[in-house]
Amino acid sequence: MSIFKKIMTAIRGGASEVGESIIDTNATRIFEQEIRDAENHLTKAKRDLTGVMAEQMSANREVDRLKREITEHEGYVAQALEKNDESLALAVAEKIANLESELAAQQQAFESFQGSANRLKELVKKSERQVGEHKRQLSMVKTTESVQKATSAITDNFSSSNSKLLNAKDSLERIKAKQQKFDDKMKAAEVLEAESGDGALEAQLKAAGIGAQSTSANSVLDRLKAKQNKA
Amino acid sequence: MNIHKIANYLNTLADSETGMTFDCQPISGEVDVLQITILGREELPIFVSVTDDQILCITYLWGEEEVKIECINDMHVSMLEMNIPMPLSSFSKIGDKYVVFGALSISSNFDDIEHELTVLNNNALEVIDDMSEYLI
Repeated sequence: MSIFKKIMTAIRGGASEVGESIIDTNATRIFEQEIRDAENHLTKAKRDLTGVMAEQMSANREVDRLKREITEHEGYVAQALEKNDESLALAVAEKIANLESELAAQQQAFESFQGSANRLKELVKKSERQVGEHKRQLSMVKTTESVQKATSAITDNFSSSNSKLLNAKDSLERIKAKQQKFDDKMKAAEVLEAESGDGALEAQLKAAGIGAQSTSANSVLDRLKAKQNKA
Repeated sequence: MNIHKIANYLNTLADSETGMTFDCQPISGEVDVLQITILGREELPIFVSVTDDQILCITYLWGEEEVKIECINDMHVSMLEMNIPMPLSSFSKIGDKYVVFGALSISSNFDDIEHELTVLNNNALEVIDDMSEYLI
């Protein structure tokens, strides 16, 4: 059964009995232990991988060295043959034969290390995915459990304080009414400010033509006309 | 992060940048829950609980019994459709109650939490307004 289905079954089954733990805590603990074990294995596998990769590198170096040595000795054989020293050439050729068999052995070791390293890498990747997946599942189980417990705490709190969750529409109406009241107060304050403040007096003076008058195009024209008449 | 740190922060917040005033009340139980109310919106409290890896903020919307029985499918469709456009919050159902919730990473800072709470509260109000045609 998938974790989603398990959780859904647990929630539906547990919904009737508020406060009762819906998830088997023992099972959760075992699951946590399994994750820890898997993580330990993963750490060990990574360590092993490092070791194998080091061996692989050293085998690779050995292979290179042997190849170089073989080429070098092949040169010696050629030189010995040039000097018609058949027996020396044979001795070097024997050495080459030994080097070649050593090379074959190192090559084989290298390939075997490479194979192990690849297998371990694959394993580490797979285990990491698995541990990640298990952690995600555990987190879902724990969250479900915690929400269930939190809900029961909330429900207990409501029933003990005799308060009750209001009907949603009523709540909305109340909040809107409060907001409206707040807005009305703000507006009333603005009106009051306008009526009683300096603003009101200035407006009255202006209306009566007293005090600083705002210049309009007409007043400017009148002023200029008066100037012209004088002149 | 735990609920007491959150409560301390929100309670000392004289003037939130969000323009909201919070009041925090811890509820003790097997899991600690913080009941947060926002001034003027006391009817829609937010319940916050902190688990190993996340901070869960939940607001109860309405009960099953408040839904007009003939509208329940339409309401579910509307809620699913609204789930993505609604910023930061998602719908869920706990027992017979519909809820709107937001989950934050345990490493969130106080500003993130404050923002989450404000958005969640605004979403809850708006959702009830929008869905009221389906409600009794």
